[in-house]
Amino acid sequence: MNAPSRELQAFLAAQEKKTLLRFLTCGSVDDGKSTLIGRLLYDTKLLFEDTLASLEKDSKKFGTTGEDMDFALLVDGLEAEREQGITIDVAYRFFATDKRKFIVADTPGHEQYTRNMATGASNSDLAVILIDARKGVLVQTRRHAYICALLGIRHIVLAVNKIDLVGYSPKVFSDIVADFRNFSLKLGFASEVAIPLSARYGVNVMEKSVETPWYQGPSLLEHLETVDVDAALESKPFRLPVQWVNRPNLDFRGFSGTIAGGRIRPGDTVVVAKSGKTSKVARIVTHDGDLPEAVAGDAVTLTLADEVDISRGDVLAAPDARPAVSSQFAAHLLWMAEEELLPGRQYLLKLGTATVPAQVSTLKHKVDVNTLEHLAGKTLALNEVGYCNFATAQPLAFDPYKDNRDTGGFILIDRFTNATVAAGMIDFSLMRATNVHWQALDVNKGARAAMKGQKPVILWFTGLSGSGKSTIANLVEKKLTAEGKHTYLLDGDNVRHGLNRDLGFTDADRVENIRRVGEVAKLFVDSGTIVLTAFISPFRSERRMVRELVGADEFVEVFVDTPIEICMQRDPKGLYEKAKAGQIKNFTGIDSPYETPESAELTIHTVQSEPEVHAQRIVDYLRDRGYLG
Amino acid sequence: MREVAAEFANPVMLYSIGKDSSVMLHLAMKAFYPSKPPFPLMHVDTTWKFREMIEFRNETAKRLGLDLIVHVNEDGVKRGINPFDSGSSLHTQVMKTESLKQALDKYGFDAAFGGARRDEEKSRAKERIFSFRTATHAWDPKNQRPELWRVYNTRIHKGESIRVFPLSNWTELDIWQYILAENIPIVPLYFAKKRPVVERGGTLIMKDDDRMKLLPGETVEERLVRFRTLGCYPLTGAIESDADTLEAIVTEMFTARTSERQGRLIDSDEKASMEKKKKEGYF
Repeated sequence: MNAPSRELQAFLAAQEKKTLLRFLTCGSVDDGKSTLIGRLLYDTKLLFEDTLASLEKDSKKFGTTGEDMDFALLVDGLEAEREQGITIDVAYRFFATDKRKFIVADTPGHEQYTRNMATGASNSDLAVILIDARKGVLVQTRRHAYICALLGIRHIVLAVNKIDLVGYSPKVFSDIVADFRNFSLKLGFASEVAIPLSARYGVNVMEKSVETPWYQGPSLLEHLETVDVDAALESKPFRLPVQWVNRPNLDFRGFSGTIAGGRIRPGDTVVVAKSGKTSKVARIVTHDGDLPEAVAGDAVTLTLADEVDISRGDVLAAPDARPAVSSQFAAHLLWMAEEELLPGRQYLLKLGTATVPAQVSTLKHKVDVNTLEHLAGKTLALNEVGYCNFATAQPLAFDPYKDNRDTGGFILIDRFTNATVAAGMIDFSLMRATNVHWQALDVNKGARAAMKGQKPVILWFTGLSGSGKSTIANLVEKKLTAEGKHTYLLDGDNVRHGLNRDLGFTDADRVENIRRVGEVAKLFVDSGTIVLTAFISPFRSERRMVRELVGADEFVEVFVDTPIEICMQRDPKGLYEKAKAGQIKNFTGIDSPYETPESAELTIHTVQSEPEVHAQRIVDYLRDRGYLG
Repeated sequence: MREVAAEFANPVMLYSIGKDSSVMLHLAMKAFYPSKPPFPLMHVDTTWKFREMIEFRNETAKRLGLDLIVHVNEDGVKRGINPFDSGSSLHTQVMKTESLKQALDKYGFDAAFGGARRDEEKSRAKERIFSFRTATHAWDPKNQRPELWRVYNTRIHKGESIRVFPLSNWTELDIWQYILAENIPIVPLYFAKKRPVVERGGTLIMKDDDRMKLLPGETVEERLVRFRTLGCYPLTGAIESDADTLEAIVTEMFTARTSERQGRLIDSDEKASMEKKKKEGYF
C-alpha cells in the first residue's frame, strides 16, 4: 500500500481534532427551521450534486419560494409532511466544518409534538430556538425554552429569523431579545446568545452580514463552532451501568457497558451501588488490548479482583461518591402517550440498563409548559409535564438528572402495548425508602402457614358485575372452612364501605382501589391465609400488578366468564338498569371497558352449570396443587 | 449491540457484505470481546450479487468463526424474477424485501441489526436506532417509539420485531475513516481496477456474468472503475476512478460531490421510493 499523501495526512489529522456538537432546532411552524438547516447544509457544501439537482426539481414542483431554491425540501423527509408542509418527526442531519462536526436534530414545533422535541433535546447539548422576527416571542417560544431546560440543555441560541422582513431593524431585534430574557432568566441557562438571521438569504448564518452592521456578535456558524458545551462528564463521579455480563468461558467474567461518568483505572476500588459490595478493577479489557484508563463515553469491559455478584442493571460506582439507592424518588415526567397517566398503575421503568416495575405514587402537580404555572391534576395527558413521586418494585441506583443525564433519565413503558409512554428526569431520592427497611420478623410466612396446614394463596375472582364472582367465592370459602382451612374473603362492595370509601369509579380510582386490595391481600398471604377476592378488576395491568406483589404460586386468577347479556338479565343489584338510564357513570361493560384475562389459571362459564359445581372445581384445583396441605 | 444481546432472545445481524456491514461486524467483534458476538450473520442473497461479494462473504464468516445463514427466495427464483426483465422495482421487492421477511419469519428472529445510516437518504434521517416493526414487518413512520438519551425500549410482543441500526449516526466519510484507521477488510470491488463495464442509461454497469445480455448498440469496455456502494450488480453503477488504496479512496471522498446512493438504480424508480419500500419491510 502506498504511503498516505501529505494532503491526506493533514486531512486525517484535522478530522481527528474535530469535536462533535449535537444540537437541536426548535421553532413554530413557518419560523424557517427546515430552511435554516437546509441553508447550513448548502453553505457548508455538504450537499452533493445529485441532491442539488433533485432539490432544484422539487423546488419547482412543491416549493413555496418562487424561483429560489426551497431549502426546507431538503430536510422534510417523509411524504406526508411534504404534502402538509410540516416536519412531523425528529430528523437527524449531519454536517461538518473545518473545526467541528455537527449532528442536528430537527424537531417539530406544534404543541402536539412536544414529545418529539423532548426526544431531540435528550441527546443535544445546545438548542437553536427560532423566532419569526415579525411575530416576536410567542407562547410556543416559551414552551420550547422550558422543554429545553427540563431536558437539561444548558446552552441556547435565540435565532431571530426573517430579519429581512422587518427591514433589518435593530429595535425589533432588541425588543424580542429583552422579552425572551425576561422569561428565560427563570430557566437558568449557562449561555444564551441572540442572533439576527435570515435563513433564506443566508444573513448571519455563515458570516456576519453587511445588512446588520449594528449587530456585534458572532454569526450562527461561528458561534456553533466555538461554543464550549463540555459538561465535563469525565470529572463527575465514576458510573458504569452494567449492560452485559461477558462470560466467554469459565475463566473470564467481565462487566461490559458504556461509562456514564468519571474515569477508571486498574486498581481503583468500585462499589456495586445496590448491594454495597466493593472490589478493585483488575483489567480494562478491549479488543485492541487492555487500557490503562477509560473515561466517560468509552464502551469497555471491566474485570474485578474479587468474585462479586453483579448482573445487568447493576451500577458500578466510585465508593466515595455513590449514587442514591432508593425505591422512591421525585421526578419530572413528560407524558408521551395518547392514553393518559394513571397514578397507581404499574408501568415498567427503564433507567440505564435496569428495568423495574414502577408506579406514580403521587402526582404532586402539573406544569403549564407555556407559563410554568403549577396546576393541580389527577392525571397527565399527552404532552403534559408533571412533577411526581415514584415508587419502584425494587430499589434503583440513580443520580439526579441535573448531575448526570444517563443515570438520572428514564422512560416508562406500558406493560401491555409496550409503547414508550413517558420520559422522566429524576430530581431527588425520597429518603423514606432508605430509612424504612422491611422488618425481617422471626415468625415468618412459612411458619404461620405450616401451623395452619396450608399454603397461602390469593384466589382472585374477576368478571363483570353480576357475573357470579361473590356467589362462587362465598361457596368456595364455606367449603374450605368446612375442611378446617383458614380463609378470608375480600369483597368489592364491602371494601368500598371502609378502606376505600374515598374512591370513586374513574379509571384512576379503580386502579387505586385494586392497588390497596392487592396490598391487603398480600398481608393476608403473609399471615398464611387463603385469600379470596371478588372485584370486577377490569384492567389487566392492575391484575398483573397484584400477581407480581406475591410469589409465583401465590396468585390464582379465576375468570368468571359470564356474557354481559346474562349479567344484565340477572342484574341482582339493579345496577345495569341504572347505568343504561345514565344514572351511574363509568359502569364496566356499559361505558367503561372490561379487559378479558389472557392467561387466567381458571375460567368459569357460569351459564353451563350451577355455582356449586364451579366452587367444587376450584377447591379441587387447590387440592391438586397442594395448597390444602 | 450489547443492549440487543442482553434483551432479545434471538437476534441476528443482517450482513450485506458492503462497507457498512463490514464496519458493523467489526464493531460487534469489539463489543463482545473476548466473547464472540452471540448471534449469527444472515445474508439475504438475491442471486445477483457480484461474485467477488459472495467470495468475500464466505471468507469473512470463516475467518471470524461466525455462523452464516444465506437465504434465497426460492419462490422468486422459480418465478424467474431478475433485474433485467422484471424491472428493478419488482426484483427488489421479491428478492430482497420479501426474501428478508421470509428469512426473519423462518428463523423467528426478534431483533435484526442493519447497517443503514441516517445520512443516506431523507426518510432514513427519521429512522430510530431501535426501529419497531409489526408482526408483518411493517414500519409506520408516524407511530415510532420516542427514543430518549441512550435508553432504548426493547419490549415487543410475540411475532413483532425490532430492527436495530447501530451506525445511524455515522456518515459515509466516518465509515471510510474508520475502515482506514482500523484497517477493516472490505470487498475488493471498492478499489479501482480495470473491469468490463457497459454504459446503460448513463450508468456504468459491470458485466459480472453471462446472464447480462447486451442491448443493440452496447459494447463491453474495460474501464478503470470502482464502486462506492454495492448491491445487485445489474443495479449498481460504477464510477470511474483510479483510487486503488484506502488512502486514495478517502482522499477522493473529501473532494467528492456526488452522494453515494446515486449509484443505486432502485432509488430513482419513483419519488419517495425508499419510504415506500420501508413501509413494506425493506431495510
